[in-house]
Amino acid sequence: MRPAAKFGAAMFVAFVVLGVVGPWIAPYDPTHVELAQRFAPASWAHWLGTDSYGVDTLSQLLWGARSALEISCSVVAISAVIGLGLGTLAGWFGGWIDELVMRAVDVLMAFPGILLNIAIVATVRRPGLGVVIAALCANGWVSYARVARGQVLGLRERDYITAAVALGASNRRIMFHHLVPNLLGPVFVQMTLGFGAVISIEASLSFLGLGAQVDYTWGAMLAQGTAFLWKAGFAHYVIYPGAAIAWVMFAVNLFGDGLADRLDPRARARL
Amino acid sequence: MGSGALAIVGVSILTFAFLHVVPGDPIDHLAGGEATPETRAKLEACLGLDRTIPRQVVGFFGHIADGTLGHQCPDPEAKPTVAARIFAVLPHTLALALAGMILAALVALPLGVLAAVKRNTWVDTAITVGTLAGIAVPMMVLASLLVLVFSAELAWLPGPTELGFAALILPAVAVGAHLTAMLARMTRGAMLDVLGEDYVRTARAKGVPEWRVLFVHALRNALLPVITVAGLQFGSLLSGAIIVEKVFARPGVGTTLLDAIAERDYPVVQGTVLVIAVTYVLVNIAVDVAYGLVDPRIRVA
Repeated sequence: MRPAAKFGAAMFVAFVVLGVVGPWIAPYDPTHVELAQRFAPASWAHWLGTDSYGVDTLSQLLWGARSALEISCSVVAISAVIGLGLGTLAGWFGGWIDELVMRAVDVLMAFPGILLNIAIVATVRRPGLGVVIAALCANGWVSYARVARGQVLGLRERDYITAAVALGASNRRIMFHHLVPNLLGPVFVQMTLGFGAVISIEASLSFLGLGAQVDYTWGAMLAQGTAFLWKAGFAHYVIYPGAAIAWVMFAVNLFGDGLADRLDPRARARL
Repeated sequence: MGSGALAIVGVSILTFAFLHVVPGDPIDHLAGGEATPETRAKLEACLGLDRTIPRQVVGFFGHIADGTLGHQCPDPEAKPTVAARIFAVLPHTLALALAGMILAALVALPLGVLAAVKRNTWVDTAITVGTLAGIAVPMMVLASLLVLVFSAELAWLPGPTELGFAALILPAVAVGAHLTAMLARMTRGAMLDVLGEDYVRTARAKGVPEWRVLFVHALRNALLPVITVAGLQFGSLLSGAIIVEKVFARPGVGTTLLDAIAERDYPVVQGTVLVIAVTYVLVNIAVDVAYGLVDPRIRVA
């Protein structure tokens, strides 16, 4: 793998580690309100200062990493399984199944960007983590289905699939043993990029006040930070959570590009 | 074209369904917990929820057909129709998206060509890192920082709540930054492919000036995939506008949608979602057609 991709992978691993251990190493509870400490500057007690409620910023960032990790892992896993399943079925059986899946894909893709997610979350009064995850999965599976279907359409013409059909292998066997293992590579690249997409969409929803109303999220920190934008010396309330999101986005893009480069020549060599 | 029409029908059906998948009673959301039965009945009648589902569907599509997109509840007579409210602000959003698109094209194409020509030098590396940053930095962060630096600190450009051409610059940069980064990367890749072609070597061999080789012979052919992506990304500019309009407190479809969500004004939420999605589908159809005109090798089926 190229050095840039390795660097991206290391950044991504750092995010995952901080997301897992973050709440344990966070110096304060993010619900710990200390009004006497409002807008405290960086100090030994509060490394990154405190916000308008006197909540420790570093602790919020660490708990935010946990939220981001929870949401992105759930959405990526659920979307990938649904998309991989539907895409494989559509590509292998063709006919009306293919029509149905691809028309659903068309309709979901007709909603630009985060509009569908906004519309779904907006129908719920106080969305929790589950609602946000469901809203992101509602159209998250589409890209995986497209990748999987495209791969299956290519694979189904290959000799070893023809051989499996000739030997009387069942559809289920062909899909699970011959198709799915061979399309995991591109799907994995898509999953890597999916992490970044989910975190950025979730942050946007939280920023718009439509995110999960449960825990601390980077997007909610940003939304709070932009409220102080006009006061001198308050830029760090935007920069800290912004840098956290940018960190993950940077990591997955470097890592995803490297993975795609690495998978591509091997795929070509196999043909 | 057919799938575009289907997408519009599908979008309408999904938009209609939103009101019915709301957990709990939408009237409770709208009227609050302690509404009198009369208020509730009035709201129900206004939203059409007292009718059967098939008649509601007919009503919903009727409102699309008559161009009103429904009425704002609870007092439909006092307020403009949903369509009037949306179309009053739609030009602001379209102007923002278009400005973002133009800005992205103006910045991305020279950067992409430069990176391709100077490949594997520090110029290329700097542009690559810059474009990665453009993809990585969230739009609301970029928008906030732009306001902070160019409006609050330097006071070069107007900030939030202002309108006019100068006030469009910062929001357009914020909306277009992501697309700029994507297009610059694509242009670089496409140029590298094209610069290896025989006709480029032929042009150079017969003594065509280098700038002509780059911008006339190479860039023209490299542009096609870039145009497609630019067109397809118009939708992301529309949804990006929702975020940027919030940061800059600009009137637009995005702020209307967010206000309607906050007020639980479901007809407006439905109408806004429908208008944005249909705009997006129409733009995509237009891009398909335009693509066929630019490149005679491609014909729209």
